[in-house]
Amino acid sequence: MHASAPSELLVYTIGLFVAVLLTATSFWAANTTLLWPGGVFLGLAVLAIAQMGIHLVFFLHITSGPESTNNVLALAFGVLIVIVVIAGTMWIVADMNTNMMMPSGAPMSMRMQH
Amino acid sequence: MNIAVAIDQIPQDELPSASEAGPAPKRIVVAYGFWIFLLSDIIMFAALFASYAVLVRSTAGGPTGAQLFNQTTVAIETACLLVSSYTCGLMSLAINSRRYLRTYLGALITLVLGAMFLSLEIREFLGMIAIGAAPQRSAFLSAFFTLVGCHGLHVALGLIWLVVMMVQVAVFGFAARVQHRLLCFSLFWHALDIVWVGVFTVVYLMGVSS
Amino acid sequence: MNLLGKLDWNAIPLHEPIIMGATGFMVLVVVVVLGFITAKGAWLYLWHEWLTSVDHKRIGAMYCILALVMMLRGFSDAIMIRSQQALAAGGAQGYLPPEHFNQIFSAHGTIMILFMAMPFVVGLMNFAVPLQLGVRDVAFPTLNSVSFWLTASGALLVNISLAVGEFSKATWWGYPPLSEMQYSPGVGVDYYLWSLQISGIGTLLAGINFVTTILKLRAPGMSYMRMPVFCWTALAANLLIVAAFPVLTATLAMLALDRYLGFHFFSLEGQGNQMLYSNLFWVWGHPEVYILILPAFGVFSEVMATFSGKPLFGYRSMVAATMTICILSFLVWLHHFFTMGASANVNGFFGVMSMIIALPTGAKVFNWLFTMYGGRVRFSVPVLWSIGFMVTFVIGGMTGVLLAVPPADFQLHNSVFLVAHFHNVAIGGVVFGVMAGYNYWFPKAFGFKLDERWGKASFWCWLVGFYVAFMPLYVLGLMGMTRRMQHYDNLSWQPWLIAAAFGTAIILVGVVCQVVQLVVSIRNREELRDVTGDPWNGRTLEWATASPPPAWNFAFQPKVAGLDAFWSSKSRAQATKDEPTPTRKYEPVEMPKNSATGFVTAFFAVVIGFALIWHIWWLAIVGVFGAFMTLLAFSFRRHNEIEVPAEEVARFVRSHQAGVAA
Repeated sequence: MHASAPSELLVYTIGLFVAVLLTATSFWAANTTLLWPGGVFLGLAVLAIAQMGIHLVFFLHITSGPESTNNVLALAFGVLIVIVVIAGTMWIVADMNTNMMMPSGAPMSMRMQH
Repeated sequence: MNIAVAIDQIPQDELPSASEAGPAPKRIVVAYGFWIFLLSDIIMFAALFASYAVLVRSTAGGPTGAQLFNQTTVAIETACLLVSSYTCGLMSLAINSRRYLRTYLGALITLVLGAMFLSLEIREFLGMIAIGAAPQRSAFLSAFFTLVGCHGLHVALGLIWLVVMMVQVAVFGFAARVQHRLLCFSLFWHALDIVWVGVFTVVYLMGVSS
Repeated sequence: MNLLGKLDWNAIPLHEPIIMGATGFMVLVVVVVLGFITAKGAWLYLWHEWLTSVDHKRIGAMYCILALVMMLRGFSDAIMIRSQQALAAGGAQGYLPPEHFNQIFSAHGTIMILFMAMPFVVGLMNFAVPLQLGVRDVAFPTLNSVSFWLTASGALLVNISLAVGEFSKATWWGYPPLSEMQYSPGVGVDYYLWSLQISGIGTLLAGINFVTTILKLRAPGMSYMRMPVFCWTALAANLLIVAAFPVLTATLAMLALDRYLGFHFFSLEGQGNQMLYSNLFWVWGHPEVYILILPAFGVFSEVMATFSGKPLFGYRSMVAATMTICILSFLVWLHHFFTMGASANVNGFFGVMSMIIALPTGAKVFNWLFTMYGGRVRFSVPVLWSIGFMVTFVIGGMTGVLLAVPPADFQLHNSVFLVAHFHNVAIGGVVFGVMAGYNYWFPKAFGFKLDERWGKASFWCWLVGFYVAFMPLYVLGLMGMTRRMQHYDNLSWQPWLIAAAFGTAIILVGVVCQVVQLVVSIRNREELRDVTGDPWNGRTLEWATASPPPAWNFAFQPKVAGLDAFWSSKSRAQATKDEPTPTRKYEPVEMPKNSATGFVTAFFAVVIGFALIWHIWWLAIVGVFGAFMTLLAFSFRRHNEIEVPAEEVARFVRSHQAGVAA
């Protein structure tokens, strides 16, 4: 709270620098042929999560200190729900699509189940 | 018997820990409440992301993301938002040291960058609609316009909010409640940037690379 | 282009005698109430003391009043459903045509869950949580008023649909493609969409407010493990609100985009996905169930401990069970659509998770039983509701575990067995809970107790009526009767349905007893007066102040040194009775100033909702502009606080003490 202004400026600047670096890497990874296709997805996901973390720490000033325990707990709860909603939805709908023999993106298959 | 007094006279032997310190000051309460709001907002985005992920291949014979997305535009948009997040941070520093000129300057740059982002996005949307890739074309495009448009709507609301806040700084100066609101605004703006990281990764980069 | 969108005189169903009768009755009641207020000259009082109040106690009371009124509305729907099904067997068609019957069950579900149970639960939390935490108000008092009035706006829109246009015929969960424009071209689904959307935003804001209040505003010394259990359950419920309601907002927004702009999220064309709607709806819908039941669990915990004269058995396990349910409730939503075609892996996972939830819930039941064990239980009305709950809820819970088994669910889904199950937990859990809370906190809110005799009569009618009304539905479900039938040909069902209708009549007597209880209590308020502020020999801080509490709740900030703070301070005061009370210096109290923001914003929300329902675009823009200007005006207000002088605080305490001594 009472830290001197230059050091806070430094925090924002480091944040910007790292974020730009990660963004540039993401754009590179999306267009590179060096990685196998699955690797591109994995790499993009890792880079995105890393950048979100950078934003949280350097811009939103989330720390591990005792004064932000409640904030971190709330964040953890939120992240848990986000993961549950996204992963659960994708799992359920993908499973229904395969199980009902109706792959999305293709016309309904006429194959009989069982 | 005066109960209020009786309660008041409980001996307080041990030093109070953080959870026993009593009601938190207004600034902490406001920031925490807004933090909870942001989490709920991000969960709303999670529902939109989930819908997008489910519907991304449901193009109904229409154009796919790889055919529509322009990486250069996305890169410029991303740069706008990223730098505006930085200038928003500089604005917060100026507010903390109560400097008017720097505050207005930070707000102005943030505003211009946000407006640039928005105009690029609107141009992208209009271009897509012009070639028949409107949200009514397929489930994929419905999900795309809704997810990206919802983020854009948040940016637009943020810009209106920022203008109102600058008027309030001019009228009230750095009064405590104006500072609280500006703190909330900067949280909001940084959170939108985090959502955008998800958008450009999941929608645009994964969209063109597949 | 038509200036009034789709709205014209045909929107009022003049040819439907039943609807017009109900509308006429509703209008009559409103006119009588408004006339009564005018005759009493109470408009200014009402405006200053209630409508613009930001006092959490007043807002809580208004939530409960809204809930009670909407309960009458939802219950009349229930009577119509049950009587129609008792009559319409074989050749008889009953008295409700299918399109009206469909509206009735859709409105019944929507109203009972979102405009009866929700406001009641939020109202009790509003009233009790800040008092139990020993603080003066919630974190954001004006926001609290906005939340309430947005909820009331949603309720108003549902009631407008009775007179102008129609309500949804697509059930309270509004599955597409039925709810899409193609199959529901009327305004019914739009009424459903916008009333849920507006009240949902109100609820979300309330959730944010309460999470912040409970985590950041507690009396000095009140660590987490010293919070009353009701506050814990309120925390869990509001965390669920904050996490679940945004999903509902997004889902309904997607359905609205489909209906209004021709998007293809859930439509049959454009490769929309109807399963996605079911999935997202229940991502919200299942936590919603726990948003309702957890605070009810909290009420039972408070009531059991107070009326047994013992500390709650297993406080820590109660807290752990509450928070476990809070997390687990987010991992079971698929059990609402086991039959939609997922594989055994997915169904198995969600089935097992659903069964696991029974464990923490079972732990709670044992805790309540052990709280009573060895205590001196006073069988007052709140206790009766609580015991009725324990028996009934266990039955409902067991049929729930049965439904959580996917193969069993394949047989039972969409049958009235399911209807019986969720009414078993919703009535036996939530309604009994809010009734216990209503009887328990009423003296705190208004300064006099509710009449015991009529309260007991009401309880017994509800309890007996519930079993007579819903046990036949279990049987009918096993006999193969499906839900939502306007007419059926299987005559062997009819005796059971007549029995169920008879049960509903018994519940009706219970509802009448409740109304009479309130009237009698108001009339006899002098005999029922509670001057001590502690009519039940309570344990938590809300009983430490006067009944009704002053706007500032506590003259001095209470300090807390353990669980059951008020109980321990009473015991201590007993031990040191002879010592003179030291004189205290009263200090001025800063209180939030009343604000019309909530009321005016909600007015514009109704305008926006109504305009969007009827496609009156210019009016919607006017509404958005009005709401924005209202909030802007509030943000430019210079003084949000008002100072209550120390002398006024002192005077109140003195008069309260004089009342206690007399």
